[in-house]
Amino acid sequence: MVDHAPSFDASLPQAARRPLPLTESAGARTALITVALGFLLLFLLLPLIVVFAEALRLGLGSYWAAIGEPEALAAIRLTLLTALIVVPLNAIFGIAAAWAITKFQFAGKNLLITLVDLPFSVSPVIGGMVFVLLFGLQGVLGPWLAAHDIHIIFAIPGVIIATLFVTLPFVARELIPLMQKQGTEYEEAALMLGASGWQTLFRVTLPNIRWGLLYGLLLCNGRAIGEFGAVAVVSGHIVGLTTTMPLYIEVLYNDFNFAAAFAVASLLTLMAFATLILRAILEWRAARLLARSRLH
Amino acid sequence: MIGGAIAIRQRSIVPGFGLSLGVTLSYLGLIVIIPLCVLLLKTSDAGWAKIWMELSSLRTLAAFRVSFGVAFLAAAFNTVFGCIVAWVLVRYQFFGRRLIDAMIDLPFALPTAVAGISLTQIYAGNGWLGAALATAGIKVAFTPLGILVALAFVGLPFVVRTVQPVLQDFDRETEEAGALLGASRWNILRRVVFPPLVPAVMTGFTLAFARGIGEYGSVIFIAGNMPGYSEIVPLLIVIKLEQFDYAGATVIASLMLVASFILLLAINLLQAWTRRQQGG
Repeated sequence: MVDHAPSFDASLPQAARRPLPLTESAGARTALITVALGFLLLFLLLPLIVVFAEALRLGLGSYWAAIGEPEALAAIRLTLLTALIVVPLNAIFGIAAAWAITKFQFAGKNLLITLVDLPFSVSPVIGGMVFVLLFGLQGVLGPWLAAHDIHIIFAIPGVIIATLFVTLPFVARELIPLMQKQGTEYEEAALMLGASGWQTLFRVTLPNIRWGLLYGLLLCNGRAIGEFGAVAVVSGHIVGLTTTMPLYIEVLYNDFNFAAAFAVASLLTLMAFATLILRAILEWRAARLLARSRLH
Repeated sequence: MIGGAIAIRQRSIVPGFGLSLGVTLSYLGLIVIIPLCVLLLKTSDAGWAKIWMELSSLRTLAAFRVSFGVAFLAAAFNTVFGCIVAWVLVRYQFFGRRLIDAMIDLPFALPTAVAGISLTQIYAGNGWLGAALATAGIKVAFTPLGILVALAFVGLPFVVRTVQPVLQDFDRETEEAGALLGASRWNILRRVVFPPLVPAVMTGFTLAFARGIGEYGSVIFIAGNMPGYSEIVPLLIVIKLEQFDYAGATVIASLMLVASFILLLAINLLQAWTRRQQGG
């Protein structure tokens, strides 16, 4: 076999019999699949197995006991409360930002898109610390807040604001490319037929973007529940009061209470699974809708 | 002369420009822009002497070296394996492919603290793999190698998810043409398949790198956090805040912010390049 000398004469029986190299040899394929699977096994699957194995190491009884601890329940409640406030606010922001950016042409639009993306590129620790600089005792508004007995840092409002910062882009980021692709024709048609702006938003735009919106909400929710760095800076780690589930895991782990730490961690892992499964379903639906629209 | 002023926006019959842009700008201003401006203002308050002292301290320099160095290595590691995983997922059929494809995003969905304690449990000296590695004389947890493992985990999806769509849209006819012209498979991969993937690969690398330098939750458990050896910049910021050294923390954070800006710019340019490659 001479690889470097191309043979153009296809009439030669030898050349005709040799299959075209359109894929790798069977050996190379097996090797690549083995490498990829080995890598994923080591870096994805093993950490997951460890979470559940360590959580159940002391048996189901202590697993449930760890989750039933009042501090654990308080952490779960605070985490859910945070997500419940953060996700709708960022959804409203995401829809407004996507509407402004995709339905109109204006100066400085690219800068605006970059600014919306900014919280993703900034270290979450910085996302938390800016609010300490604003609202902390030594902060810009600190003395005024102290005089009026308003607590933001080392209290629940700080946890919520820091989470707002780090999860701000999720919904906007899903919606902007989607609405860009859809254009403004449907909205224009609705408006010409006499619909009001709000009617157009609720009856035309939102139904068109519902899967993308749902996916954005899902990602935003996952990050809001799991955020660690930003919240760690503002929370003060007051167990039972300002510790979210990830912070409570840290407290337990640092106390060498490994089984309890992994028990709470297993709940967050299940949430991550739910996110991935819902995502797969949404993508599958989107693919089916696309296939159907191509048939017409 | 009518319309002497430059039009801020083009006329459209779609309503709600003022409201939607107003909501967007106020919210973005309150949550992101004003807080980040306060950070930059506080840094300039600190004065040049403090800035210089902070940035030239051995501990800070070491933290930057660890953060940027290990994030670079982890991104490179993920680039190699990410390309292999993307290739295998797009080109080959095997049992469990769809399931694995759905699993790739796990590091995005799994809270970083969970990843942190799990990886520590695996690689600690008495851990699942750590015990075996220790007998071989390799220490992973509580060394920079541990940071590399954590960053490799959180950065895993980036290269896969940037390369995968480009590979999916890849025109197989050019490969066939190469084959018909007598090129070997290796030559086709090197000369036909790989060049169009370069912008996507670089985007994935930069995204993973940017994520790596800012990452906190998954690293602090496994790093051991020894100043000058395995202490990352985000942790140094947290330590300074806990010691109420706000000036020190703001100086370091501002430098990180500048680095993030530059990387964000690079990512935007790389993404535009990727889109051009795909379109052309």
